[in-house]
Amino acid sequence: MPWRSRGKPDQRAELMLGALSVAVLVLIALMTLTVFAKAWPSFSHNGFISWFLPGGDVDQQIKAIENGPKTAGHYVYHLRAWPLLWATMLTTGLAVLFGLVLSILAAIFIVEFAPPPLRRVLDPVVRLLAGVPSVLYGLIGILVLAPWINANLISNGRKESVENVVQLNGNGLGLATLILMVMITPIMVSLIAGALGAVPKSWTEGSAALGVNRWRTTWRVSLRTARPAIIAAAVLATGRALGEAIMLAMVAGGRGFAPNLLDGFTVVFEPARPLAATIIQNFEELGDPPLAQTLYAFAAVLLISTALLSLAGWAAKQPLKRYGIR
Amino acid sequence: MASTPLTPPAPLRARAANRPRDSISSWPLADRIGYMLCWAAGLSLCLIAGAILLLMFIKGISYLRPELLVESPSAAKDQGGTGGFLDPIEGTLLLTAIGIGLAAPVGVGVATWLNEFQRPAWLARAVESGIEMIAGTPSVVLAIFGLLVFARGSLGFLSQTSAGGAVYGRSFLIAGIMMSLLALPLIVTSTREGLAQIPAHLREASYALGKTKATTIRRVLLPAIRADIASGVTLGIGRIIGDTAIVVILMGGTLQLQGAGGAPLLSTLRGTGSTLTSYVFENSPAGEGNAPQKAYAAAFVLLLTVLALNLAVTRMSSGRAAAAKQP
Repeated sequence: MPWRSRGKPDQRAELMLGALSVAVLVLIALMTLTVFAKAWPSFSHNGFISWFLPGGDVDQQIKAIENGPKTAGHYVYHLRAWPLLWATMLTTGLAVLFGLVLSILAAIFIVEFAPPPLRRVLDPVVRLLAGVPSVLYGLIGILVLAPWINANLISNGRKESVENVVQLNGNGLGLATLILMVMITPIMVSLIAGALGAVPKSWTEGSAALGVNRWRTTWRVSLRTARPAIIAAAVLATGRALGEAIMLAMVAGGRGFAPNLLDGFTVVFEPARPLAATIIQNFEELGDPPLAQTLYAFAAVLLISTALLSLAGWAAKQPLKRYGIR
Repeated sequence: MASTPLTPPAPLRARAANRPRDSISSWPLADRIGYMLCWAAGLSLCLIAGAILLLMFIKGISYLRPELLVESPSAAKDQGGTGGFLDPIEGTLLLTAIGIGLAAPVGVGVATWLNEFQRPAWLARAVESGIEMIAGTPSVVLAIFGLLVFARGSLGFLSQTSAGGAVYGRSFLIAGIMMSLLALPLIVTSTREGLAQIPAHLREASYALGKTKATTIRRVLLPAIRADIASGVTLGIGRIIGDTAIVVILMGGTLQLQGAGGAPLLSTLRGTGSTLTSYVFENSPAGEGNAPQKAYAAAFVLLLTVLALNLAVTRMSSGRAAAAKQP
């Protein structure tokens, strides 16, 4: 139609696509707000500091919340979430720490040192490890690794030494951390390898021309250039580890116990239960208002931590960007 | 004195050419240790993947029987006896279809707006951070958020309503909507990457022919990035198939497809069921069924699906790389 201005369909398209984007944004904002609104009573009844502190057996507290009076106004909210937070910090922190070392080495290997046939194998291997569903990792952990650990690694003496506090049955902190590390490593490997591969050739050649060997060139030039990507990878992996629920619910031991570092090496076998896994283990009682509000409080903590995490990653990247390539 | 006959000096480079100039044996010890650790890291990744594949293939082949694929799960909690996992397979397909059906158009639309219009700038920045935030949100948080939003009267048509008027808040539709949020960031990122790589002359040629921006997007840009959209969608499918938390929480613990009255397809959509992941979870020692052999068999099917998806992604990316090489 000749009289219609050329801008019209464009405006319509822009409006439609813009409205779609805004709808997604509104949904996300709504999610954050409703989760926080729902979580509010749990925080306000316990106090915002003491909610996070240690105190008593968290499993008994959750049971008490579930079995408390069912009339509004008489709900029980008492909770000290420290064991769950501590378990989350331990599994996530250790898995990311070990995973970062492993993935940096593996990424260097893929980009610099692997013979071409091995490199062609490693690419699909990394993609496979990243694609395996978490429930499959959990299944292998609970059916193969945990019984093996229980039979071969935990001596009876070790079991008796902590008998009065916890039962050791093979599921525990060490196994959970190990599997979590395997799950998050491929994500980091592919990001870091991509960044290492994008280092300008002239930089590494310049280093080699000065007589620096390949290892030092990689370590001093390529890896430093890739620092923003390493931070991005660590942030992404930490987020994934924080939110992992199913696998941890299966192999972490399923008990709200704070693994005690003073127990020496036994701590590796002690059970734990991170926040996300706690939500999975209690979701059937979500119809129960006080318990639901407690679980939404866990979700709110997870949301805040992932948001803070990406903020911290962004802040950490800023000063490095000047020297990096991306 | 017999002088020795003059022989031409040996070429200086002859021996050096046979040997790599930077031989590892000449490196300092610390560098060699680092080099060895790199090998160890690379090989251990291969070993882990190999062990997982070997274990799942051995267990899968020994426990998977054809009738498992065509029988519905038994009604009992204990799945050790009869019954297969037809319903979970159907559930996986249905849920993936709903999730991708929602996420693909929305994701492509949002990505197009972000790359081609992005006005006003602050709004585009906000949408970008929103998508980033969704990408970082744990799926278990998305799941219980879904329960919070959809278990209310006005949205009762999406799931079942009990006799007392309480909305159940658990159905294929609701789980599918939440699954689409899981796939959305992957599709958006992949589409945006594709749009950013389109050379400027393609756009300019379309504008020079008098086409509007909307037509250019629909007829030139989107067809040009089909491969990118497809790879984003495939990644999204992988994410949806592999997710367990949303299924377990938003479809209840039922293993069979349970319709919710009314029209045949709609009742399934409003009803609950299971997927392969939730079937594996329920039948592992952590779940209620506790039938490890069935769990292994279902996990094997799941792994085969993931492998097939991986292959598809590899094919697509290598196809794109080949296409990029052509002038």
